[in-house]
Amino acid sequence: MDEHTHEHGHCRDLLGSLSDYVDGTLGELLCADLEEHLRGCTNCRVVVDTLRKTVELYHLESEDDCLPPTVRERLFSKLDLEDYLKFG
Amino acid sequence: MSDRLNFDIAALKAGDRSEFARLVEETSPKIYRLLLKMLGDEADAEDALQDAYLKALRSLPNFEERSSLSTWLYRIAVNEALMVIRKRKPQVALGEDNGEDAEDAPAPVELADFCCLPEGELMSGEGKRQLNRAVQTLSPALRAVFLLRDVEDLSVRETAEALGVSEQVVKTRLLRARLKLREELSAYWSERVAAQKVEGE
Repeated sequence: MDEHTHEHGHCRDLLGSLSDYVDGTLGELLCADLEEHLRGCTNCRVVVDTLRKTVELYHLESEDDCLPPTVRERLFSKLDLEDYLKFG
Repeated sequence: MSDRLNFDIAALKAGDRSEFARLVEETSPKIYRLLLKMLGDEADAEDALQDAYLKALRSLPNFEERSSLSTWLYRIAVNEALMVIRKRKPQVALGEDNGEDAEDAPAPVELADFCCLPEGELMSGEGKRQLNRAVQTLSPALRAVFLLRDVEDLSVRETAEALGVSEQVVKTRLLRARLKLREELSAYWSERVAAQKVEGE
């Protein structure tokens, strides 16, 4: 049974570094420290993996958003740019 | 869009309609996406989109080029969104007094490892709706930072410029936003993760 808790100890200290770690911008020393901790801490590994996955899913999801044609037309009309609608 | 914007700023400032049309054409899909995710409502996002470009059109002659054109547009759009949110709930403060900028982020609680679920399931229609629902649970201040940084791909510096806050504030809010979204998604997928574990045994 894993008695490990994220309310105290090293896990708590490392929490502040997670964003930089996921972005690959964490300094070398802190990064090595974090990775050493991750090797022995399953819970922290899950947190890091799911944090990275969370960012990745939003990246993926944003790819299929687009401007609906009717919204675009009304925007051009509001800005008196109807003459330029043909560009779309 | 920051790296790909290449507009004739002098023409824009002088009121060149064709160049402005090109700016609207190229930037409006991303600005609309930002507003839709900030506001979570199509009608509100469309109104804010129109108001943002009307404001941009009026302000262009005074554009001082201290930031890039795209950062400037994002700033106008975020301010429009915040104004809409403030009108919806005038009693809720949007500023920095909601704990967003406290040094310590809340400790993770949910530990369901949803990375093991198939991508098709995570990105299904329901999965995507959950992503959008989770964003709406963030405070407006955290939502703005997360969307600019992780959805619109602005750098920390550009995000700070667009929001008029320091880079440190961006980093602190980004961590809190990501951790909160991770909690929301982990909680949402926890039953599926547990079921998959049973299936695997």
